[in-house]
Amino acid sequence: MATTQQLEDITTQVRRDILRMVHKVNSGHPGGSLGCAEFFVTLYNEIMDRKDGFDMDGIGEDLFFLSNGHISPVYYSVLARTGYFPVNELNTFRLINSRLQGHPTTHEDLPGVRIASGSLGQGMSVALGAAQAKKLNGDNHLVYSLHGDGELQEGQNWEAIMYAAGNKVDNIISTIDLNGQQIDGSTDTVLPLGSLRDKFEAFGWTVVDIEEGNNVDAILKGMAEAKSLTGKGKPVCVLLKTVMGNGVDFMMHTHAWHGKAPNDEQLAEGLSQNPETLGDY
Amino acid sequence: MKTYENQGNKDTRSGFGAGLTELGQTNENVVALCADLIGSLKMDDFKKNHPERFYQVGIAEANMIGLAAGLTIGGKIPFTGTFANFSTGRVYDQIRQSVAYSDKNVKICASHAGLTLGEDGATHQILEDIGLMKMLPGMTVINPCDYNQTKAATIAIAEHHGPVYLRFGRPKVANFTPFDQKFEIGKALHLVDGTDVTIVATGHLVWEALEAVKTLNEKGISAEVINIHTIKPLDAKAIIDSVSKTKCIVTAEEHNHLGGLGESVARVLSQHKPTPQEFIATNDTFGESGTPAQLMEKYGLNANAIVKACEKVIKRK
Repeated sequence: MATTQQLEDITTQVRRDILRMVHKVNSGHPGGSLGCAEFFVTLYNEIMDRKDGFDMDGIGEDLFFLSNGHISPVYYSVLARTGYFPVNELNTFRLINSRLQGHPTTHEDLPGVRIASGSLGQGMSVALGAAQAKKLNGDNHLVYSLHGDGELQEGQNWEAIMYAAGNKVDNIISTIDLNGQQIDGSTDTVLPLGSLRDKFEAFGWTVVDIEEGNNVDAILKGMAEAKSLTGKGKPVCVLLKTVMGNGVDFMMHTHAWHGKAPNDEQLAEGLSQNPETLGDY
Repeated sequence: MKTYENQGNKDTRSGFGAGLTELGQTNENVVALCADLIGSLKMDDFKKNHPERFYQVGIAEANMIGLAAGLTIGGKIPFTGTFANFSTGRVYDQIRQSVAYSDKNVKICASHAGLTLGEDGATHQILEDIGLMKMLPGMTVINPCDYNQTKAATIAIAEHHGPVYLRFGRPKVANFTPFDQKFEIGKALHLVDGTDVTIVATGHLVWEALEAVKTLNEKGISAEVINIHTIKPLDAKAIIDSVSKTKCIVTAEEHNHLGGLGESVARVLSQHKPTPQEFIATNDTFGESGTPAQLMEKYGLNANAIVKACEKVIKRK
């Protein structure tokens, strides 16, 4: 088991990867990626029970589905740094002929990715299908998924949320990245989500709050609690309160960096706030 | 000339149900999902025999497509069932991203396609679904012509890895193909030999084409009939070989002329063998309420219309 310091060090390196990836191609989504860096690092290094290597069916291991595919930089960085593909390949993000497409895809056979995502609102249905397949296969492992808070404005989510409770899909932990921001502004100004706890509970889910979603210890504790609540006849939702752009001071607490890359000076500033730990690609 | 006997009218959706029932017994990886239309899709037997492999998803087609994509991860072969309109247009982006682009082994099975859905009217009569589905890279598109062929196609697509759109209908129509005929995806069936005109038909229009042949024969016209059950991938060779002999062609389908079988055939011929072609299809229009026979007559999708189109296209040679 990694120490808090080790997980934070990995996170610092992942932040560097994110900044460098989007800077190089002057495109991509750094804000949400940075906000979820601690979550991804903790999930892949400590929470999920993963097999070595990658096969699509993933029988006998926990699975993860990213529904808000635009935060691909953090996904790719963590997949590479947990051994799914060479770290150097991060250098090809969003370039022609790359396996690291703007939004994640299975189309290029990138290890670690099991579904295309990017068009929002589809990931929970897919994760639920994979969870049902696990039950049919007698596989006791769990399915994890991540969704943006703004993404919950898509109606398909609520079809899936209703289905999961109605069918007692209790081997899934769906996490909502509660950063309160979307492209056009705060979720409160664009289309208020109201109380997500009340909504999920009304639909029959068990809800766990992680108030400090950028604190690895808080994530470890909250996800352990979520895991302990699986297998009890109800799907589990984690409301992960994060800060968009976390770890790069001028990107924090704003939607301005949702889909914008830093320039050379901004990159240098961001990197200086996150010194190299595992080594740059 | 080879003739075909109607073994008794049956609906193609019951062929799907029978195929699914058989798959339930022979392939334990086959699972089925339905969006509140179990009776209409004839999925009752599968549900009764394999409740653990059957998913009632409610009136939530987008979620159904996503669930199906997810079920493939773990080795399942999901068959989704609802009306053609709700199987395609309603969930186009879900199919595009979660199934087609993700190369998931999902079988999208769609009943009540086209005008022959009848009295429910245009909201339910999709005439654009073949176009929508054939445009998706990697999607196989199949429109069988009768009960036996639909049953055989249902069984065959379970053995094919990759997304499939299987389109069938509501009304009881002639059942005339052999019950034991093997279904080969992408392989056209040569039904009648002829020399003056080629009729390429799919779905419910195949029987109409065979009826048209009788009238054409009385008029001294020798028509060749090809059953294209697979619209994508299209059996280009069968079409080219036939028009090399007949020099003209009529395509027949229960679908808009934009985006349907006729356009696929025209693309092949314009590239390889430019040939006069007439289209039996709806003319960029929505349907309406009526009996299936009334609608097929009003929109020009029956044997009489095929006869007229053959006479017209022969003059264009």
